[in-house]
Amino acid sequence: MSPNILIVAEHNGRTLSVATAKCVACAATIPDAHITVVVCAANAAAVAAQAAAVSGVHRVVTVEHPIHEHPLAAAIAPQIAALAGPYSHVLGPSSTFGKDLMPRIAALLETVQVSDIMAVESATRFRRPIYAGNAVITVEVLDGAKVVGTVRTASFQAAGTGAQAPIEAASPVAPPTHTRFVSVSAAKSDRPDLQTAGKVVSGGRALGSAESFQMLYRFADKLHAAVGASRAAVDAGYAPNELQVGQTGKIIAPELYIAIGISGAIQHLTGIKDARTIVAINKDPEAPIFEVADIGLVGDLFEIVPQLEQLIG
Amino acid sequence: MKRILVGIKRVVDYNVRIRIKPDGSGVVTEGVKMSVNPFDEIALEEALRIKERGAAEEVIVATVGPADCQPQLRTCLAMGADRALHVQTDTPLEPLATARVLRALTEREQPFLVLLGKQAIDDDNGQTGQMLAALWERPQATFASKVELSEGKARVTREIDAGLETIEVDLPAVVTVDLRLNEPRYVKLPDIMKAKKKPLETLTLEALGVTPRAQLKTPRYAPPAQRHKGVRVKDAAELVAALKQKGLL
Ligand SMILES: Cc1cc2nc3c(=O)[nH]c(=O)nc-3n(C[C@H](O)[C@H](O)[C@H](O)COP(=O)(O)OP(=O)(O)OC[C@H]3O[C@@H](n4cnc5c(N)ncnc54)[C@H](O)[C@@H]3O)c2cc1C
Ligand SMILES: Nc1ncnc2c1ncn2[C@@H]1O[C@H](COP(=O)(O)O)[C@@H](O)[C@H]1O
Repeated sequence: MSPNILIVAEHNGRTLSVATAKCVACAATIPDAHITVVVCAANAAAVAAQAAAVSGVHRVVTVEHPIHEHPLAAAIAPQIAALAGPYSHVLGPSSTFGKDLMPRIAALLETVQVSDIMAVESATRFRRPIYAGNAVITVEVLDGAKVVGTVRTASFQAAGTGAQAPIEAASPVAPPTHTRFVSVSAAKSDRPDLQTAGKVVSGGRALGSAESFQMLYRFADKLHAAVGASRAAVDAGYAPNELQVGQTGKIIAPELYIAIGISGAIQHLTGIKDARTIVAINKDPEAPIFEVADIGLVGDLFEIVPQLEQLIG
Repeated sequence: MKRILVGIKRVVDYNVRIRIKPDGSGVVTEGVKMSVNPFDEIALEEALRIKERGAAEEVIVATVGPADCQPQLRTCLAMGADRALHVQTDTPLEPLATARVLRALTEREQPFLVLLGKQAIDDDNGQTGQMLAALWERPQATFASKVELSEGKARVTREIDAGLETIEVDLPAVVTVDLRLNEPRYVKLPDIMKAKKKPLETLTLEALGVTPRAQLKTPRYAPPAQRHKGVRVKDAAELVAALKQKGLL
């Protein structure tokens, strides 16, 4: 049987997330994959049209129900489980959306989940990181079990567009009433998105205050870069939680990552291992960040960052 | 009795630099410092605070694992858990099997809240809580940074990629915790002494009616691709020049 893959679309009701195109790219590395994207939404048309255009997608299935106005794992999981019968694989992104949802689907299907797929060796063999990326394991799914997986988006280039997959509607299953969306507070910003930005400027505990963090925002704007932060900076309230980079924050792969006043704990480094070029600015010449930095500069960030701003102009 | 069940995993301490066995068959754990998974300490701390506020009467910690997990359970008792359940098995379980065990424990203990870590820092799976919620047919609230309980409900703030999301779930429910939910307390020496007298019950998979079936094999462990140590520049001007040379500015 050739692999029949169902990908759960991540979207905000209007736009398909680039993470979904990365899942398609991952699925497409499985030989002979037939790829279906499922869009659960209150109104699916706009997102479904975008999904149908992603290269490699053969079919789009929509499920419309008011409960899908906001993504609730408790509502989406039974829906996907109901559709999953004919599929050999059910994939979603390794974003908080997918991390929340996919294990619930796997359990409903009584099957195994492979988290954070970073490479595909065959339809049943995958590589994934463990121990904050300090080891990479090859796992093999046994006995024809259905594979549920999350795709480590930093490991795949988004599939392009150009396809014209047919779109079909599936009927919704009755959602549970035990889980209700209340609110979401997402900071509005014109800066590039941390997860997709080509350049990221990241600050650590050394910034010392939310006010000093403003200096990083200014610097980032000059570079057209997104802003990230270490856990210590987020915990201290210098930066909001969605900026955290690392094992428990976002895993990113920008062209350029500039770590400013960040020591380089393994939990942080796991988030930036795939960055093309890492620059570190730290006053401690022994800081572990220098072990992985392509370009290191030892010095006081409060002197260096303003100088960089000036030099870049 | 209003009970909270907390899932605890014994893992290689987060400060240890792990090593892979030369034959690629696993990670060296002999002689390595083991600890309670940091997220599970946060889950336990939250449970204790809920109890201290009077919103729960008993905090039970449970672990599934080999005999040498007991020191970690004792640590949890010293932190303030009332009793511990040790489901003893020498075979490492996949998250679905662990979730089945925890599901059996919810049947036995009837908790109104189950608190787990959002992920175990050894396998980084991040699956068990969501799987338990599915098997139990109860709500889940993952990556919690705030938990507010009211009659029969919990309002949970979740750390998501976009920012913070709040959802409301009916109880009983499974909540998996994120790092910023709280800061776990330190264990004091007298508490360690007291913990020795607290009940620690050992159970078997058979007694709970769980027959684990391995669906995954791990044929190979390898080190990650190494990054090479780069160059040092002496000042901001050199840094800008180096970035320009790489076409990054
Ligand atoms: C389970 C777990 C998960 C974790 N997940 C994450 C995660 O996802 N992301 C993450 O980042 N961390 C994570 N951590 C935390 C991690 O272990 C570190 O504590 C954290 O990354 C440290 O942040 P920092 O580098 O900003 O702070 P510090 O380690 O305090 O480093 C500050 C650095 O700034 C330098 N400095 C000070 N002043 C100046 C100055 N004026 N100019 C230049 N340099 C200066 C210092 O030399 C030092 O190297 C996790 C920890 C645990 C236990
Ligand atoms: N063997 C275990 N025993 C008890 N709880 C566990 C076990 N494994 C995982 N858990 C719980 O499930 C959470 C998530 O683990 P995981 O799905 O393995 O990343 C952990 O933080 C624990 O709270």
